[in-house]
Amino acid sequence: MTSTATRPDPTPEAAPDTKTPLALGDRIFRVLAVGSGGLIMVALAGVFIFLAIEGYPGLSVDEDFYRPATSFLGYAGPLLFGTVLAAIIALVIAVPFAIGIALFISHYAPRRLAVPVAYLIDLLAAVPSVVFGLWGGRELAQHIGGISVWLEENLGFIPLFAGPAAKSGNTMLTAAVVLAIMILPITTAICREVFAQTPRLHEEAALALGATRWEMIRTSVFPYARSGMVSAVMLGLGRALGETMAVAMILSASPVVTLNIISGSSPATIASNIASNYKEASPDGQAVLIATGLVLFAFTFGVNFLARYLAGRGERRMAR
Amino acid sequence: MNRTSIRRAVVPGIAILALAVSGCGAGNEESGGDSGSSDSSLSGDLNGGGATSQEKAEAAWAAGFQDANPDVTVNYDPVGSGTGRENFINEAFAFAGTDSALSNDEGELDAAVERCGGEDVIQVPAYVSPIAVTFNLPGVETLNLAPETITGIFDGTITTWDDPAIAEANPDADLPSTAIVPVHRSDDSGTTENFTKYLEAAGGWAEEPDGIWPASIAGGESAEGTSGVVGRVSDNEGYITYADDSAVKETDLGVVAVGVGEEFNVPSPEGAAQVVAISEPAEGATETNLAIDLARDTTESGAYPVLLVSYLLACPTYADAEQADLVKAFMEYVVSDEGQQAAADEAGSAPLSADDASAAQAAVESISAQ
Repeated sequence: MTSTATRPDPTPEAAPDTKTPLALGDRIFRVLAVGSGGLIMVALAGVFIFLAIEGYPGLSVDEDFYRPATSFLGYAGPLLFGTVLAAIIALVIAVPFAIGIALFISHYAPRRLAVPVAYLIDLLAAVPSVVFGLWGGRELAQHIGGISVWLEENLGFIPLFAGPAAKSGNTMLTAAVVLAIMILPITTAICREVFAQTPRLHEEAALALGATRWEMIRTSVFPYARSGMVSAVMLGLGRALGETMAVAMILSASPVVTLNIISGSSPATIASNIASNYKEASPDGQAVLIATGLVLFAFTFGVNFLARYLAGRGERRMAR
Repeated sequence: MNRTSIRRAVVPGIAILALAVSGCGAGNEESGGDSGSSDSSLSGDLNGGGATSQEKAEAAWAAGFQDANPDVTVNYDPVGSGTGRENFINEAFAFAGTDSALSNDEGELDAAVERCGGEDVIQVPAYVSPIAVTFNLPGVETLNLAPETITGIFDGTITTWDDPAIAEANPDADLPSTAIVPVHRSDDSGTTENFTKYLEAAGGWAEEPDGIWPASIAGGESAEGTSGVVGRVSDNEGYITYADDSAVKETDLGVVAVGVGEEFNVPSPEGAAQVVAISEPAEGATETNLAIDLARDTTESGAYPVLLVSYLLACPTYADAEQADLVKAFMEYVVSDEGQQAAADEAGSAPLSADDASAAQAAVESISAQ
């Protein structure tokens, strides 16, 4: 029996121009969440405004303040170079370790081993950076000084190890090793969380198709975790770029630009330079230091955006 | 039932304990404050700051002055000589400590005169400290080095400890062939400035003396602060540096006996005081502006010419009568025998000679309210 099809009456609740009123709890939570997000943006904007306003005069003060350079670029250039060099070497050392430890904790270790190892790595994050600076500068430096002499003798043709090696070990290499130890916990923690989130179905499918454990990780864990790994590395990089006291206590700083990481004259990093010189600087000198802080801020932003873009591109390609 | 009642008593119990302990503490503070002799009528806050080299001495002076004047608080902020002079000029500090005398290289002297209402600034030497050249060679406690040899070491020309220049002056010393690594200050430092001025005057140093170590000198390492350079040398054999004598005395590092004329002298407060005594007043010095042109190239017997002299700045008149009284009384204490001895005990400085002290006293006498 046919009947004329009639569109069912829309129920009052589903009328297109009235929304369901939110419960009170929902409203409060939404306000809190939006407010927190907004507060963070305000704080970030505040920092940027401070750096810009206080640092702008530092771009054009008397030549004397940029000793031994003669302009702001000549002063900030070696500092930025030193910052980037220390951070890159620290990343090169730390990221493979971090990914390896994270994989070990999430996929290889039996549960009763994974938990203590994770706990120990997190404990590393609790050590203050000043303590790392003291230990690195007085104790670790001695050992790395010995290694530097060996490096100069055997690998001296590489510009990184061209020497003359500083026996005291207060060099960029020691600073980079200490930075690597400091960024290890945060990078490992985020990586292991992301690896643990991989859908079990993907992993089991790979294993069912005959993949070895490493092949399974390569084909189902890494692609899924790529964005998270980029986040982890960016957080580690951010910490390495901004680390102050540890580097200030270890480096033997002088305003040179050199790839030689085992010699006694290393470029200072922006943050350690500010820490060392802020106290004794006159107001013009402080403006110069704050301007270098602005350079670091802008640089970190730029690197983060670039990394996000590259990671996003990879994801978009995968989604196609 | 018992457990619950104990648990409920814990928090109030801790609160009562905290109140009781702080009450006892406050009681102690008050009784401590009354123990000083209080015939002084001075009261108020005295704010100054500047050179970090004077930090220990200022602590001794503040303690001594506050003992005699319990209602006064003296605050010295060791922000560095440069900031100290700036803050004195813009009236943030009533007095300032500076490692280098006010000069018109950057117009500071004129600005300070303006701050003092057009009158001559009072600048008195208050802290005289020898700078020790110290090294780490096991088994060697002291070495005789001529000024030219020291210059050669610090500019990288002399590279090993058994170099003939060093061995000649030290025939008895057991000099190894280890490399010499000179350590300098990475921060802008009055010690560096005074050390390089000495090297220029006596040892043929080719660079302009400055608080920042010249970047054109390759080699060597740097460390931050007096404790940084001394720590670096303590940790590594064959390293040498220059630092305020008070920091070196307490360690067991070797100390250089600097060549003065025919002799070799170790750092001593008496040697430093002798150099100050034979030095001429600087250009532009007046009765109240006692800047000294240190005779760092002296060859007098017993002198130790590697030193730094730190000054205190004040105005002859202050708008606020209370401030004027406080500054005058404090400065009088600083240049008195008692004050200088307190600084010598605490910081190892050389007390001002009788002549210098009386000239300083005369300069300080003139402080009064406007």
